Amino acid sequence: MAADLDAAFPDVVRAHQDGIYSIALRLTGAPAEAEDVAQDTFVRAYRALQGYDSARRTELALRPWLARIALNVCRNRARAASRRPRTAPFDDGVEAPAAGGDSSSGVLQDEAAGELAAALALLPEPQRRSVVLHHSGELTYREVALVLGRPEGTVKADVHRGLATLRSIFELQSRELPA
Amino acid sequence: MTDVTDSFTSPAPAGLLHSVLWTVGLADRFVRRPSPLGPVFVAYNRSGVSACSLAGPDGAEDFAHDFATRFGRPVLADPEPPRLLLRHLDAALAGAASPLRYDLRTVSEFGRAVLAKAAEIPRGQVRPYGWIAAEIGRARAARAVGTALGHNPVPLLIPCHRVVRSDGRIGDYGLGSPAKRAVLAAEGVEPDELERLAARRVRFVASATTKIFCHPTCAAARRITEDHRVMLGSPAEAVAAGYRPCRQCRPMPAPACP
Repeated sequence: MAADLDAAFPDVVRAHQDGIYSIALRLTGAPAEAEDVAQDTFVRAYRALQGYDSARRTELALRPWLARIALNVCRNRARAASRRPRTAPFDDGVEAPAAGGDSSSGVLQDEAAGELAAALALLPEPQRRSVVLHHSGELTYREVALVLGRPEGTVKADVHRGLATLRSIFELQSRELPA
Repeated sequence: MTDVTDSFTSPAPAGLLHSVLWTVGLADRFVRRPSPLGPVFVAYNRSGVSACSLAGPDGAEDFAHDFATRFGRPVLADPEPPRLLLRHLDAALAGAASPLRYDLRTVSEFGRAVLAKAAEIPRGQVRPYGWIAAEIGRARAARAVGTALGHNPVPLLIPCHRVVRSDGRIGDYGLGSPAKRAVLAAEGVEPDELERLAARRVRFVASATTKIFCHPTCAAARRITEDHRVMLGSPAEAVAAGYRPCRQCRPMPAPACP
């Protein structure tokens, strides 16, 4: 990629599209919104790379760099849309913020994505981002620490605490709903 | 029981890669349209129309494969081709002038000059290779003009079929000589008539009343009545007989040609 961006870029997208899309889907909860976020992320990445010289491209750690762009895109879109937070589908008492969301969609996967996003939205922001970057983006703890600008130890603790909370949310949910 | 971490990853949608590459200009899209030579595939990207070729028996897959080989980037069927683009494409394929832009990044500077000049030839008319060469200031490059036209990535749309041999015969074509005759006939040129004039060594037609000489298919030449039509073999002959070149079709070659 250092020498010929145009020739290398399709492989960059191929290598990272699942990770970026997974991050976007868990943060937004809606497949259509997540696809837009992923598209926007790669387009911004390409335009940024066009302005980088080959030295800078070579030393770039793509995975965390792309993840950071995706987080920014998510935040900007959420801000621009300034939508009313959506009610979490599994709890009629708690309002959970989850950007986007096509509630009319009956596709099972959409619902699962929406549920996970809604549960994630209950976590404190740093925990939510750490969990998603590590488990959806498959970033190492060190890379997550880099992206979020937090100590690696804190990130590790956030991921573990966040997951523990998610497990208890889903456990509660499976008890409350008839099988 | 599955763990919550199992649900954290999903494969990206199938269309994402192409959609990204399309947006940044690293992939093209194509449509299938009718043409005087049968169905064609036309590819385009953000810079313009990039390719046009006859739809072969193996259809779209074959086209996509050939496109990737020739241009080094992928092309996919356009799920939602813009209506305005389709209208301009259909007009251009029918031979009309159009405001379409073309992506000629793989074509040399000389080739682009040749294609731009060919695009000026109106529907229903033809010009010789030597005319293009003279018009772009490369009077000796008539053969190179033929080669450049043969590599036209957007035949039919840029009308390389309207360029004929300097002796007036129809000549070669990237899609074959019969195809060239067929398109010209569809545009109102009579290929047999052109060949007959060439056989009689008639390369220009003049009006005895206006004293102007033209290429035989020039709109002005077609208006000359039978009684006043004068057949000429060369610009020198025309000038010697007191005719001046038409300002529309500019039949006078550069001084380099005898």
